[in-house]
Amino acid sequence: MSDTKRQELKDFISEYMQKDNPSSYLIAVLHKAQELYGYLARETMEFISETMNVPAANIWGVATFYHYFNLTPRGKYTISVCLGTACYVKGAGEVMEAIKEELHIKEGETTKDMTFTLQEARCLGACGLAPVMMVNGKIHGDLTPKKVVEIIKEYRKKEGK
Amino acid sequence: MIKVHINGRAYDVVENITIMQAATMAGYKIPRLCYHPKLSFFGGCRVCIVEVEGMKNFVASCTFPVKEGMKIHTNTEAVRKARKEIVELILDNHPQDCNICKRNGICELQNLARVVGVEERAFEGERKSYEKDNASPCITNNQEKCILCGRCVRVCSEIQNINAIDFTGRGINTRISPAFDISFKDSVCSTCGQCVNVCPTATLMEHDYIKETFEVLNDKSKIKVVQIAPSVRAAIGEYFGIKPGKNWEKETAAALRKLGFDYVFDTQFTADLTIMEEASEFLERLGGKGELPMITSCSSAWMKAMEQFYPDLIPNVSSCRSPMSMMSSIIKTYFADKIGADPKNIVSVAFMCCVAKKYEAQRPELMVDGMRMTDYALTTRELGWMLKSAGINLPDIKGEEFDSPLGMSSGAGTIFGVTGGVMEAALRTAYEFATGKTLGDIDILSARGNQGIKEGKIDVGQTEVRFAISHGLGNAAKLLNEVRKDKNKYHFIEIMACPGGCIGGGGQPYAGLGSEPFDVSLLKLRASALYDSDKTKMIRKSHENPDIKKLYDEFLGKPLSEKSHKLLHTHYKPHTPKGIIPKAGK
Amino acid sequence: MITDKFKKNFGDINFFGKQLRIALRNCGMIDPENIYDYIYNARGYEALSKVLTDMKPAEVVEEIKKSGLRGRGGAGFPTGLKWEFTAKETNPEKYVVCNADEGDPGAFMDRSAIEGDPHSVIEGMLIGGYAVGASKGIIYIRAEYPLAVERLYKAFDAARNEGFLGKNILGSDFNFDIEIRLGAGAFVCGEETALINSIEGKRGMPRPRPPFPAVNGVFGKPTLVNNVETWANITAVIIEGADWFSSIGTEKSKGTKVFALAGKIKNTGLVEVPMGTTLREIVYDIGGGIPNGKRFKSVQTGGPSGGCLTEKFLDTKIDYESLAAAGSIMGSGGMIIIDEDSCMVNLAKYFIEFTQSESCGKCVPCREGTKRMLEILERITNGEGKEGDIEKLERLGNVIKQASLCGLGQSAPNPVLSTIKNFRTEYEEHIKLKKCRANACEKLVNYYVTDKCVGCGACKRACPAGAIEGSLKAAHKIDLAKCIKCGRCYKTCKFGAIKKDSGIREIMQ
Repeated sequence: MSDTKRQELKDFISEYMQKDNPSSYLIAVLHKAQELYGYLARETMEFISETMNVPAANIWGVATFYHYFNLTPRGKYTISVCLGTACYVKGAGEVMEAIKEELHIKEGETTKDMTFTLQEARCLGACGLAPVMMVNGKIHGDLTPKKVVEIIKEYRKKEGK
Repeated sequence: MIKVHINGRAYDVVENITIMQAATMAGYKIPRLCYHPKLSFFGGCRVCIVEVEGMKNFVASCTFPVKEGMKIHTNTEAVRKARKEIVELILDNHPQDCNICKRNGICELQNLARVVGVEERAFEGERKSYEKDNASPCITNNQEKCILCGRCVRVCSEIQNINAIDFTGRGINTRISPAFDISFKDSVCSTCGQCVNVCPTATLMEHDYIKETFEVLNDKSKIKVVQIAPSVRAAIGEYFGIKPGKNWEKETAAALRKLGFDYVFDTQFTADLTIMEEASEFLERLGGKGELPMITSCSSAWMKAMEQFYPDLIPNVSSCRSPMSMMSSIIKTYFADKIGADPKNIVSVAFMCCVAKKYEAQRPELMVDGMRMTDYALTTRELGWMLKSAGINLPDIKGEEFDSPLGMSSGAGTIFGVTGGVMEAALRTAYEFATGKTLGDIDILSARGNQGIKEGKIDVGQTEVRFAISHGLGNAAKLLNEVRKDKNKYHFIEIMACPGGCIGGGGQPYAGLGSEPFDVSLLKLRASALYDSDKTKMIRKSHENPDIKKLYDEFLGKPLSEKSHKLLHTHYKPHTPKGIIPKAGK
Repeated sequence: MITDKFKKNFGDINFFGKQLRIALRNCGMIDPENIYDYIYNARGYEALSKVLTDMKPAEVVEEIKKSGLRGRGGAGFPTGLKWEFTAKETNPEKYVVCNADEGDPGAFMDRSAIEGDPHSVIEGMLIGGYAVGASKGIIYIRAEYPLAVERLYKAFDAARNEGFLGKNILGSDFNFDIEIRLGAGAFVCGEETALINSIEGKRGMPRPRPPFPAVNGVFGKPTLVNNVETWANITAVIIEGADWFSSIGTEKSKGTKVFALAGKIKNTGLVEVPMGTTLREIVYDIGGGIPNGKRFKSVQTGGPSGGCLTEKFLDTKIDYESLAAAGSIMGSGGMIIIDEDSCMVNLAKYFIEFTQSESCGKCVPCREGTKRMLEILERITNGEGKEGDIEKLERLGNVIKQASLCGLGQSAPNPVLSTIKNFRTEYEEHIKLKKCRANACEKLVNYYVTDKCVGCGACKRACPAGAIEGSLKAAHKIDLAKCIKCGRCYKTCKFGAIKKDSGIREIMQ
């Protein structure tokens, strides 16, 4: 299974290696790796380093610079709570607090059962529905601290937890 | 020429220079921090800001080009205040431990704080907190002291092309680290120590063995034997505030005795020994036994880089140990026999211009009969500190000779410290070994000078030997790239990891607070201390050193003998993590 | 009137009445995934065909210069000049870049423009490429915008099929193609030199300027960088002419500007208005005023690095200079309306928290300075403010503004400096009285049980500090000495019986 992923990543890289300035596609390759594995493991980055001929320290520098990249495994559901200005003004801070309390984790952390990862987002572009959060790409709007707990419970139910 | 106004006075300056350069010509040294003349522009510290009329904000003088008619102000109230506040912001996120810091008194940040006149710490808040990385025997990393000037990252990438470290994280959490935040020890770091040389604070430093060495010096049960590298004597005076250019060989020998060493030997002696072995090995390869080109192996950082970055070239690398390791082997065998001592009671200490020698001293391949040969390798800086700490003021003491029999050297051994020196020394001997004739012009000028890559030719018997020399691992990468393409291009290659060769080693005294590290003029002065000594020596070829002859007669037999192989040669193997050299420089 | 043909008026709703759509003219009007809809119903690729057949590159540059169009990404640099600088370079290899790294919290106009009308952006870039002599285009876009990326790829395919992208475009000898580079969550990459580093696969740390991208940009080549909204204006300028474009707007700011209207306002969303429209017109005529009968307090323009303006600035005309003179910036077009329930100190803290966490860490003033500003603001909003804190904020603000490497740092202190300027008393109240008049700073308010209490006991059970007393069915009471001000009782109470109040009115009386 992981061999096919590795092969897919390799093929993805070799396509870019044909182009001018191949190392400039590092960020695209890291996106691909994260899409395949859910996060960027050290072995994955070492593999990319050798395949793309980019020093590992530079890859680490890039991976830790951009907050889109996860360096640890993620939960099944990623909850992104928008803390953009519109949402913030409309109480996103309290929504975030309610989720943290419900899941017993902080921003950037994953629940022990690997079900939820909580993160903050900067504007999901749905300011009309503020405050909003996104769970694996699905937007939930007009949140309140109470409503958000209900939503989390729904997802738990789906997982039989 | 264009006209610019600096602080109200007009100056004619050349075009296409920066404000900082123009100000320097006008006699203003604008305070600075991240700037380094040999490295790319960074523009991050913002200390060198100036006011330019018509610009809304201050500009960084290190990167901003001058323009005709530009009106520049380097010392207005506003710019002085901003500069001071910037340095204050740096200090607010820096430990307040100057008086217990190893760079107390020789710290660029400390000096800068005084220069800009910081007198309070108004913005104090949370300070960064990181684990120290002390695992490497060569380089320690204390990120709490880092001010993120990025010189280390730039030198490692732009000069050395090793790319062992980079900025990691973002914003206030930015730090300098090897990949994956691993220790320097486990990284591709060559341990050359150039990052230490350019670090303005005590963030990156050599892993020091001063405490251990003082302990040994006070241990009456041990026989304390010491050696010093050629370049140490060319630079140690700087630690005592004296301009480079003088060879401090005799004073240093005397000082080491005053420190408590029982025997003071000279690495230059084993430099001569290295030449005996290396020239013989070269002629053997030239005669068809072994790969060509042959590449020198004295530079320990090059050794480590070679095993990680160029494992394919292992067959080309000379099997000779470095002069330091040869000396240690001879001390614990030949010399131990001579004085009738158990080698286990001998402590072999080496003062080197080098940070990587600390790594070399620990290489398991260099053990003989399960015994480590070099016990401690220390840098020139560590020596300077030890002498000061012991109250020995080098400029005040009377010089003495090295001890015999491992103290006498030829001029060839002396010039080992400069880029091209090993090649020149080896050719002086190889020529005479191969032809049986006396070399007419002993100064091989094509091997000298500060160009990154030097090439030359010399007739050695039947063959016209083509040689090449590089210093700085970035230049090595360029040269070896050529070699990989065409193995027949050269017969003999000298590689030194540090810019300038050993005289520019990672363990040399910090360039004075007025000058910059690996300043060419500084390197030239250090080099001249060694070339001048070579010129005035009676014996200038390694094979003419009588004590070397004696060593072979009494102990080793002949070059490349079985005993030589056991004590003076080594082997290499590929090492992980594998080093990556990006295609074009970054 | 010539402008009428671009005026998409939907009946008599004021939200659109005062608007004039140029950049967003096709959004919602055409099918963004159908190139023919763009071609036949929106005069698509007409401008491209016009420049390729009738205009020399230098004439195109001249036309853009004449239009008075200025960069819509924030700084407002004259677009035509930027084009001219790039065109002047002799290097045969040049790049044209579209900056779609929209990162301002609360702004989504670039996303809407690309999702709703991708071809206008593409066509604008083609014209730019022709004008400056570039054959390579790059769109740098946030990874958070997958739909926009998908629509761009579809648009590329369609445009290539129709001969608008690729080699010998429309039979001419002009070659141009575009590729997409994804961002990865770094606000600073909206800064053009950071964006260039990111395109090159590096950490998005800005580079010192000069050299400007026009001389030394992507891969060291001359590079023209404009943002999405700027590109979306180009075809309109070419088709309708520079004279038409420059007839709209104010003396120094021509055309329209898109704003993302958000916050405490009835109508939220994207609005596009002619330059010169007043803030009052946007807030009241388009935005419909403040909901729930609350009072207007401030309008924040320019995103996280903009300034907060008070009521007295409501008649300020929207253009680059007027907003700057008032103490704010145009920025990329965020516009947040703030009512009396918001604390200005808390809001300033929010913005500096954002810029601080998005600081790349390269230069000292921004990296260290924003951190210290945030610490001081945290202190103040927690009731631990000290005498002299306002002055320290001003000192830090000024040095960060004047000495930082890039635009992010140079503008980061704006929200703090402008709120100090316009709402200094609120800072003083926090520091000296330890009170927050908006009851927004949690640590500065007290919780009280009002007579709405039915005695259900929910708050008592929720209180982690055991600070609530009262027996079942009887009114409860909060012991202020024990209360840790966590606000759980407030959130728990189903009857709205818990009130939070900093008691500032009592003090003021």
